[in-house]
Amino acid sequence: MKYSIRQSILARVVRLAWLPLCLVLVACHVDMYDQPKYKPNDVSNFFPDGRAMQPPPANTVPLNSYNPNSPLMTGRVEGQLADQLPPEIKLDAALLAHGQSRYNAFCAPCHGLVGDGQGVIAYRGPMTVPSLHQDRLRTVPIGYFFDVITNGIGRMYSYAARIPPEDRWAIAAYVRALQLSQNTDVALLSEAELERVKAGR
Amino acid sequence: MSAQIFPRNANAIFLASLFGLVMLIVGTIAAMVGFYLSPWYTDVGVAKAQPVPFSHKHHVSELKIDCRYCHATVEKAAHAGFPATETCMSCHSQVWTTSPLLEVVRTSYQTGEPVVWNRIYDLPDFVYFNHSIHIAKGIGCSSCHGRIDQQQLAAKAQPLYMGWCLGCHRAPEDHIRPREEVFNMEWDVNSLSLAERQQLVIEYQIPTDGRLTNCFVCHR
Repeated sequence: MKYSIRQSILARVVRLAWLPLCLVLVACHVDMYDQPKYKPNDVSNFFPDGRAMQPPPANTVPLNSYNPNSPLMTGRVEGQLADQLPPEIKLDAALLAHGQSRYNAFCAPCHGLVGDGQGVIAYRGPMTVPSLHQDRLRTVPIGYFFDVITNGIGRMYSYAARIPPEDRWAIAAYVRALQLSQNTDVALLSEAELERVKAGR
Repeated sequence: MSAQIFPRNANAIFLASLFGLVMLIVGTIAAMVGFYLSPWYTDVGVAKAQPVPFSHKHHVSELKIDCRYCHATVEKAAHAGFPATETCMSCHSQVWTTSPLLEVVRTSYQTGEPVVWNRIYDLPDFVYFNHSIHIAKGIGCSSCHGRIDQQQLAAKAQPLYMGWCLGCHRAPEDHIRPREEVFNMEWDVNSLSLAERQQLVIEYQIPTDGRLTNCFVCHR
């Protein structure tokens, strides 16, 4: 009797020996990890160029959000470079601070943090980057900076793909502030500001 | 008296093999857990070969180029934004123009064929991670990506296990920093006191009522 109980337990254990094999099944299930859907920068077998992210067709504009011919998007009013910010952009300290962070991220590598054309890339390459502190650029309408960021100029590529239009205007406004910072009549400074300049801060 | 079937040391052999069997099972489980946590499985700290040996150390640490110059959508979108060939060429049409290392980039720019990079972080498709919200709430690049500014070839800094995600979602005050310091790779979380960090959690309106650990926050 004693032996038969032991044998039946043994038989039961042997019958369940396949259970650990389930772990193998679990380990092989990756269909939720890699679902049949595209995420940014995926490779595609569907599109002929192999890209999941398809470049938009030429002349595509965002739906319902922008008028592609407005001053906000072109930097121009009736074909002429805009000489002030478009109505959608409000000039305040927040805009300039935002413009500063964009300028330092996207423009400073070549133009330098103060806009003198002595950025680190300019320093490393055999190239001369124009200073923002020259009479020509001090007198151009503000739409000029927007236009250059949007379309590029000379050896400078377009930054339209990386900088949205509102940010381009913020940068243009900040460039004006930079120009003012390097070209201000001393007589216009307050006592406190004069002290800071003398102290070299 | 019946004959002895087993030799005298059979008991010792039985006990030893029982002990050995238990140790074998425990050891196998320990080895599997160890493998699961090790870089052999997680790829943490293992640099991958890339078509162009791009160095974050050079571009970030030495040239001081902002993260957003290349990862331009990191503040606005779920995806940080992988730079197009045009982004590389906006400098490399002028500097290192004849470098053989950049031949792949120049060819890509001329032909329009993308450069196929090897992915470093591959989150499972059932996890919906969004870069922009983490940036907006004061979680810095280096909190997850480590000191990528010190890496030549990029490597994973985190295995991205769920427990690690939850660690921060349960206690954001252990990792939060001021928004202005998000892109500062050298930021040390201990440069603010715990009380100051808790104040930031309140200021940035990060929910501390447990909502952040709901399943649907990441699994939608």
